[in-house]
Amino acid sequence: MSNPKYKWIGTRPDRPDGADKVTGRARFGADFSLPGQLIGKVLRSPHPHAIIKSIDTSKAEALSGVKAVVTAKDFPEQANLIVPTGEMQVNLRDITRNIMAREKALYEGHPVAAVAAVSEAVAKEALALIKVDYKVLPHVIDVADAMKPDAPVLHEHLMTEGANPPATKASNIAKRIEFNKGDTKAGFAQAEVVIERDYSTQAVHQGYIEPHAALATAAEDGQVQVWSTTQGHFQVRGFCAKLLNIDTSQIRVTPTEIGGGFGGKTVVYLEPLAIRLSQKSGKPVKMTMTREEVFRASGPAPGGNVKVKIGATKDGRIVAAECTVEMQAGAFPGSPVGPACMCSYACYDIDNVHIVGFDVVSNRPKVAAYRAPGAPISAWAVESTIDMLAQRLNMDPIDLRLKNAAKQGTKTAYGVTFGRIGMVETLEAAKNSPHYKTPVKPGYARGVAAGFWFNVGADSSAAAHVGEDGSVTVISGNPDIGGSRASLALMAAEELGVDYSKVRPVIADTASIGFNFVTGGSRVTFATGLAVVNSVRDLIRELKVRAAKIWNVDPEGVIWENGMAKPAGSNVGEFEPLSIAALAAQAGKTGGPINGHAQLNVTGAGPGFGVHVCDLKVDGDTGVVTVGRYTAAQDVGTAIHPSYVEGQLQGGAVQGIGWALNEEYIYNAKGLLQNPGFLDYRMPVASDLPRIETVLVEVPNPTHPYGVRGVGEVPIIPPVAAVGNAVARATGIRMVDLPLSPPKISEALDAAPHKMAAE
Amino acid sequence: MAKIHVNTTINGAPTEFLCDANQTLLDVLRDTLGLTGSKEGCGSGDCGACSVTVNGRLVCSCLVLGAEAQGAKIETIEGMADGDKLHPLQKKFVEMAALQCGICTPGFLVASRALLAKNPNPTETEVRYWLAGNLCRCTGYDKIITAVLDVAAEMRAAK
Repeated sequence: MSNPKYKWIGTRPDRPDGADKVTGRARFGADFSLPGQLIGKVLRSPHPHAIIKSIDTSKAEALSGVKAVVTAKDFPEQANLIVPTGEMQVNLRDITRNIMAREKALYEGHPVAAVAAVSEAVAKEALALIKVDYKVLPHVIDVADAMKPDAPVLHEHLMTEGANPPATKASNIAKRIEFNKGDTKAGFAQAEVVIERDYSTQAVHQGYIEPHAALATAAEDGQVQVWSTTQGHFQVRGFCAKLLNIDTSQIRVTPTEIGGGFGGKTVVYLEPLAIRLSQKSGKPVKMTMTREEVFRASGPAPGGNVKVKIGATKDGRIVAAECTVEMQAGAFPGSPVGPACMCSYACYDIDNVHIVGFDVVSNRPKVAAYRAPGAPISAWAVESTIDMLAQRLNMDPIDLRLKNAAKQGTKTAYGVTFGRIGMVETLEAAKNSPHYKTPVKPGYARGVAAGFWFNVGADSSAAAHVGEDGSVTVISGNPDIGGSRASLALMAAEELGVDYSKVRPVIADTASIGFNFVTGGSRVTFATGLAVVNSVRDLIRELKVRAAKIWNVDPEGVIWENGMAKPAGSNVGEFEPLSIAALAAQAGKTGGPINGHAQLNVTGAGPGFGVHVCDLKVDGDTGVVTVGRYTAAQDVGTAIHPSYVEGQLQGGAVQGIGWALNEEYIYNAKGLLQNPGFLDYRMPVASDLPRIETVLVEVPNPTHPYGVRGVGEVPIIPPVAAVGNAVARATGIRMVDLPLSPPKISEALDAAPHKMAAE
Repeated sequence: MAKIHVNTTINGAPTEFLCDANQTLLDVLRDTLGLTGSKEGCGSGDCGACSVTVNGRLVCSCLVLGAEAQGAKIETIEGMADGDKLHPLQKKFVEMAALQCGICTPGFLVASRALLAKNPNPTETEVRYWLAGNLCRCTGYDKIITAVLDVAAEMRAAK
């Protein structure tokens, strides 16, 4: 498949970093080292909730080979100030407490001290010598428990924002939000069918295979260098500058190759500690998390409770919808409850909608973004209920969705009116897919669900430099997490009219390119892509100026075509076209180096919609679910490199399948995480899965020169409910609590054995 | 504690190193020998990112002690390409976008090569079960499985 409108866009060349990635040469976070480096390790709270009365580090400091120890007193207090991080928001006062506990430890695994020593063995020995005097407090893990009036309160200053009437005493409810459109009371009065259900989901981890890692070196003159595996090295720089009172210009952060992030690497954990330890010891400090630390103290994505009520007329028109989302924020405020609420009904054109959300703290690690943060949680509830509606009305689940689908001009419950979107096209594509047209195999059942994500634009900078031989380097500042170098190079080659192999994309450190917002929000190919296109256009403008100088004509008399400067017409004069190489060869005589630059705040991100179809069977004895066939359809705008677009759909779908079937944070009564490893936190493996078929629906985003929409996040939204809906149709039992793991399904089947419809 | 002196062969080259008794082969490869292509994703043998072969057998190098390398023949991702020529699996993984972030890729390649050495004509199910010890969080495995099956067919045809 290639796009007939373009030469390069829509083709599938090898990625520019391919050879490095398949030979082990690519250097990820833990692969960086410096001469003379120390190893840093973190001491973590064994309690989910405890006052830190005192910390005695003297014995650790006295241990031979220990070069520095830090605790909260080594980090300045921070103001109560909200700053954006990826698609989430964080408070500086909270971040400094999350990287190092101050007054209290708020979750098991919360850092309380860190050491740097000559070896990992010595560092670990030192951790054991640090004496922390805790006063253990009652803890609370579940959202519903944390919202009770008598729950242990995590933060004495936390008054519910948005409460009506205003909160008068501290609680664990950080925020209440509300969205309203139309009049749900009047809407439900018209309804002929009303379905109401309560759902729950558990915390899940992003599950990137590469643990967090950072290497920092601080010089005596105040300059700091950091190598970090991150989705946003500019955010690492910004956070560290704030948390350590250093000018951003004094910190240079180089992003390493990144071994997955999915939103989980948009925050800082190790970087400020490594810098502080390096400042105190005068040596480079390298820190790497173990997998257990990743589970206990980074991410995860929240779990939540969702209440849904949907009313429809008998012909399937949804006339009113309500949704209440109570979401885990972890130990500090800032869950993605906002997007969860906004996305809940965004796939549909409904006149009367009322949505309420609560952001709730509890003694869990602070949640981080995870691919369309919040949306899969509300979609699980809404899409399950819509499936029940389809069953109740005896309608095809895609036809029911088509009847209610959002389209251009639909006003969402959160206030935005959609421009050109592709929800209808995506539903039709799913309906016409080879999968959906094939009857369900005996013993299997089919589930369908949809999902919506906004996608993000935001700040990007890029530059394009012509080398002496005419080849081009395109410089941007977003870590490449899934092939974005290829998509940026394809757009640059298309724009410039040269071969893809003549464009080398490079990801620069924070000192070598202007600011770029994180690799997140499905924004890189869209927003940084636009910055790259603009930098190339700036470069072409300069190339035309140089050709004009050589020909002694006005720059307006020069056009750019197929990688060459040409006279705009015969009136300009008869000149042989000049290639980039020819222009580069004369650059010294025409004004020096030939470069292009662009910086912009990108708006106009095109929203994305996905529709997934899942065929599965349920083993009536064991409760094990086997997914037999799976198709993901999505409006992707324009697929710049279709293989990596398909890969986004496939990977997101499988993460969603894991979320639906197995993944969950399991806590014991003491508030301790019971499954902090890949053996007990069960992510999908190759033998669990069938092929993941994809349908790329291309409804170009009118605000992007190549029609790009973000694609990375939508694919994780539909699968949770697509799987759940198939399980419900296979078993005849509508399960409402995730995950649909074998013990839970077994239990449900035992309670209602006669309902096994598919047998 | 005295270090242990180990003589081994890594990617065909006689190699000697000193290690602690409790040091894993993965740590020796990465920290002592500078072979950072093998990755540590879990340290507990659950993710396969550190896959190497020891005397032809596929293992997680995080579960093998450095001292166990004595006298053994070890193959890592760094030995997979032949000079400047990529192994067919390496070439196919790039060509078919069978990787996104790339952290699991060395492990998948080492494991896939071990599979094809043992079974040149695997079914899709056999590939999926053989690679079930390697976690990938980005791709959903689809393109990896296709790439391995394609290479198997090409290698059979070339014989």
